[in-house]
Amino acid sequence: MPLPRLIPCLDVAGGRVVKGIRFEGLAGVGDPVELAAAYSEAGADELVFLDVEATLDGRAALSGLVARVADRLAIPFTVGGGIRRVRDAEALLESGADKVSVNSAALARPALVGELAALLGSQAVVVAIDVAGGEVYSRAGTERTGRNVIAWAREAQERGAGEILLTSMETDGTREGYDLEVTRAVADAVSIPVIASGGAGSARHVADALQVTQAALLASIVHENPARLIVLREELRELGVPLRDAA
Amino acid sequence: MNVAVCEYGAGNVRSVAVAFERLGAQARITSSPADVAAADLAVLPGVGSAASAMGGLRERGLDDALRERVAAGGATLGICLGLQLALDESEEDGGVPGLAILPGRAVRLRTGRVPRIGWAPIEPDGEAFYFAHSYAAETSAAVARSEGLVAVAESGSFLGVQFHPEKSGAAGGRFLARCLSRV
Repeated sequence: MPLPRLIPCLDVAGGRVVKGIRFEGLAGVGDPVELAAAYSEAGADELVFLDVEATLDGRAALSGLVARVADRLAIPFTVGGGIRRVRDAEALLESGADKVSVNSAALARPALVGELAALLGSQAVVVAIDVAGGEVYSRAGTERTGRNVIAWAREAQERGAGEILLTSMETDGTREGYDLEVTRAVADAVSIPVIASGGAGSARHVADALQVTQAALLASIVHENPARLIVLREELRELGVPLRDAA
Repeated sequence: MNVAVCEYGAGNVRSVAVAFERLGAQARITSSPADVAAADLAVLPGVGSAASAMGGLRERGLDDALRERVAAGGATLGICLGLQLALDESEEDGGVPGLAILPGRAVRLRTGRVPRIGWAPIEPDGEAFYFAHSYAAETSAAVARSEGLVAVAESGSFLGVQFHPEKSGAAGGRFLARCLSRV
């Protein structure tokens, strides 16, 4: 298996970073491209850009952002938020994104997953799943779907998803550790890679998740601060996690 | 140095062009067989399905252009699906004939999680590159492997890589610089 991946997540809106800007001393504070470049320098294996507004205006800004990131960075990146049609995804990949992540739109119309996979290849299609109490939620965790998380993860795989990005709403933001129980259940139920998300507060939490999944999404643990990623990578190495040499 | 990046409706041409421009080369994204013939280095990138990609090459006359270029000794780099298309055939989509630049065939990955996504070292040199694939080459032209799978294959003036050098950070940049230096 390839090496475990650390994937910082950047929340953007209108082409800017919108959450918890704590990094200082970087040119263009709030510019996702600068932050992305700094994460890349700090050893990020991939990046995820999540468009938290996903409005029509935001969509144009997002395409521009994707092109600027692709011009600047030489690591893979995923874009998610508001992708409802194949055409949306195609435009993002043409601008330089490597993958798209779909969530609510796939729940509303599961055939979207297959359409994306047929056109872009499964390796470019991430299905993001928000889960609480074993149930899948839609629309940024605000709507219950009645779907069982295992059933939906399997269906997403059968329809052509290349990866599952699994966020536990119960642990997200707590910094008390990933929800290993549901994460393991999903990872055992599918044969595509799984990315753990929600709850990382320490290197030990990330190391534990990487025993179960192929990658870990990093949000509040790095808190828009690339220096924290450097430290986290060192701590993970000390815990025996085999990370790549990014130099 | 002029690099022609083949545009045929199968993927990440922009990132490939940018990666070469970072190294000081002039990269042109093109669907023109004449550009492919004239460039110092031709690059066949590609993601997605083998059948639609081969169709895209044929429609534009790039299949013959690439074969003729390699036969004439012109340096050519195939990336990911671009490596798989260079083989005799792929077992994808019930069997797809390839460009037959490299001997062998592309076969579905049968172990581990598929797609195989992530950074993995290649042997013998030990450096890690980024992979994202569901099929892999089986070829006698292999010159480097990753976890037993063909990572680099070479025959005459054609070099094929299963990984994405344009997405492989500093290691990928060094690899592409070596490609340019061999032209």
